[in-house]
Amino acid sequence: MNREIETKEEKEHLFDKPRNVKRLLGFFYTLLLLLLIIDFFIHKHPYSPWEGSPQFYAVFGFVVCVALIFVAKYILRPIVKRKEDYYD
Amino acid sequence: MINTVPPAAIFIIGALLIPLLRGRLKSIYLLLLPIVGFINLINIPEGTHWVIKFLDYDLVFGKVDRLSLLFGYIYHLISFIAILYALHVKDDIQHVAGFVYAGSSLGVVFAGDLFSLYLFWEIMTFSAVVLVWSNRTKASLAAGFRYLLVHVAGGLCLLAGIVLYVINTGSIEFGYIGLKDLATYLIFIGFGVNCAWPCLHPWLPDAYPESTITGAVFMWTFTTKTAVYVLARSFPGTEALIWIGAIMTAFPIFYAVIENNLRRVLSYSLINQVGFMVCGIGIGTALSINGTLSHVFCHILYKGLLVMSMGAVMYRTGKINCTDLGGLYKSMPLTCIFCIVGAASISGFPLFSGFISKSMVMEATALGGMNIIWFLLLFASAGVFHHAGIKIPYFAFFSHDSGIRTKEAPLNMLLAMGIAAFLCVFIGVFPGPLYSLLPYPVDFEPYTPFHVVGMSQLLFFSALAFTLLILSGIYPAEMRAINLDADWFYRKAGVAFYRFCNVPLNSFRLGAQNFLTRVVDSTAKLSGGVYDPVIHRRPMGLGIFLSLSLIFLFALIYMISIYGRF
Repeated sequence: MNREIETKEEKEHLFDKPRNVKRLLGFFYTLLLLLLIIDFFIHKHPYSPWEGSPQFYAVFGFVVCVALIFVAKYILRPIVKRKEDYYD
Repeated sequence: MINTVPPAAIFIIGALLIPLLRGRLKSIYLLLLPIVGFINLINIPEGTHWVIKFLDYDLVFGKVDRLSLLFGYIYHLISFIAILYALHVKDDIQHVAGFVYAGSSLGVVFAGDLFSLYLFWEIMTFSAVVLVWSNRTKASLAAGFRYLLVHVAGGLCLLAGIVLYVINTGSIEFGYIGLKDLATYLIFIGFGVNCAWPCLHPWLPDAYPESTITGAVFMWTFTTKTAVYVLARSFPGTEALIWIGAIMTAFPIFYAVIENNLRRVLSYSLINQVGFMVCGIGIGTALSINGTLSHVFCHILYKGLLVMSMGAVMYRTGKINCTDLGGLYKSMPLTCIFCIVGAASISGFPLFSGFISKSMVMEATALGGMNIIWFLLLFASAGVFHHAGIKIPYFAFFSHDSGIRTKEAPLNMLLAMGIAAFLCVFIGVFPGPLYSLLPYPVDFEPYTPFHVVGMSQLLFFSALAFTLLILSGIYPAEMRAINLDADWFYRKAGVAFYRFCNVPLNSFRLGAQNFLTRVVDSTAKLSGGVYDPVIHRRPMGLGIFLSLSLIFLFALIYMISIYGRF
């Protein structure tokens, strides 16, 4: 049933255009910048000194995610990766 | 006031009638069952109902309070969504198993004694495995057997604990237990198996991805959340749970990042989410218990939604690995949107349901001054966004175009996902109704500027890390591979141990036996056939006479020693 659809000239989709991907990324980076700026103006009620330090959540989120990827890729994967038919 | 029955009864007895019905009537019946169950549920007043005398004990089939009611509500709701999602399935066994599974979970939730709890606990195991086997593949058969073995072992542990506990305390009432002696530890571990604690967890990523597309919604909901319920009932404030929960939130993330099968990614993220709940139970304050329970409620909906969206992808494409999928937003736009709503909810974006529940648990750890735990949970919050929030929608619907062009999911699946998605957003925007169902009064405001900006920063900068790593090509590539987990110990090490026993140890035994036989034979030959059984064997009567005399002698000595005291 898919053949019918395939033979038709396929219409271009949203992210097929590199320009749209660029726009999305641009929007995303602007949002990040806004979040960094807003951080200076909000009233904070932290429970610990580090939670109250400027841009704590932004730095933490970025750093731990990079660390997560590196640990998963360079430490965990070499240890646990096996072929798909390993248990067969 | 209408006459009510135990909530489990409607589902379990109702399930048995399903094979008798046909066509449209069956569809209506399937959808009505959870609705009738719900009407029954809201008419049950709080208190203790349906007490049946059994031997010297009271079996209680209706311990109804705010804790059990909350689980009752969400179980009925998700049963309705799950059965709507499964409405096109013609296989009666799956429908029956699904309802029996949901019904026995309700049985556990409303059980007021340990015996009926154990009974429903075991029905859960056996009905759930049917949903794995119904896939009717070799892999699902094997995974189902492993699931069964692990859960029967866990069930036996629980049973041993219950028997000891009843002997120790003389009561079979199910209430606060707390860690004290061997009996309570056995019960604790029995619950832990179903809760997928670290090292006890591998049955989950092993069996769940092998379950049927529609059965998966039941699977991902009941076993773990019922375990959370029993822990919340019997072990609140147990310190060990804080650490167990925190480890549960953190370690599956690493696995999820490198996993290729998207349903297995969802399994790991299930462990991560249950970790937040277990941690909240361990802290044991009113705020943390409220946080745990609201998290249960939200989690069942958004995890169900994610599972349903991946199920729809699998239903239409027959594929579930990152390496095979991509670009599906072009042909399944609605499923894609629902998946993103689920992903935003599990990540805890403001205005989505995860935000209003997870932050309660986080705040409870912060108030308790548990800094390490707080950091672990915060790391887990960022990590869950990585694997469930971005990875799942990105690799299924965007990423590189796999060239697959297919149709949107069937209407019943779309409706089920739509309801779940609506509720995810509704609860996120209006948390009030959910908060009013919680056991303790809620004094918590999720939408402060600090919470909103902090959480947004955490998530958006996690997303930045993902974006930069993808663009630079450092992000671990999807690979056709599997990753070893703790189930290696019973799938490989266990088999190797068996081989070791069978081949070297067994041949050693055989060799030794042959050698000794030969030694005895040759020694006997040396004596030159002097021994003749017919002549030399003593008559039977003598042996009996001697042993009787010996017993008589012992009895005599015993009597004398007793009378000698007087």
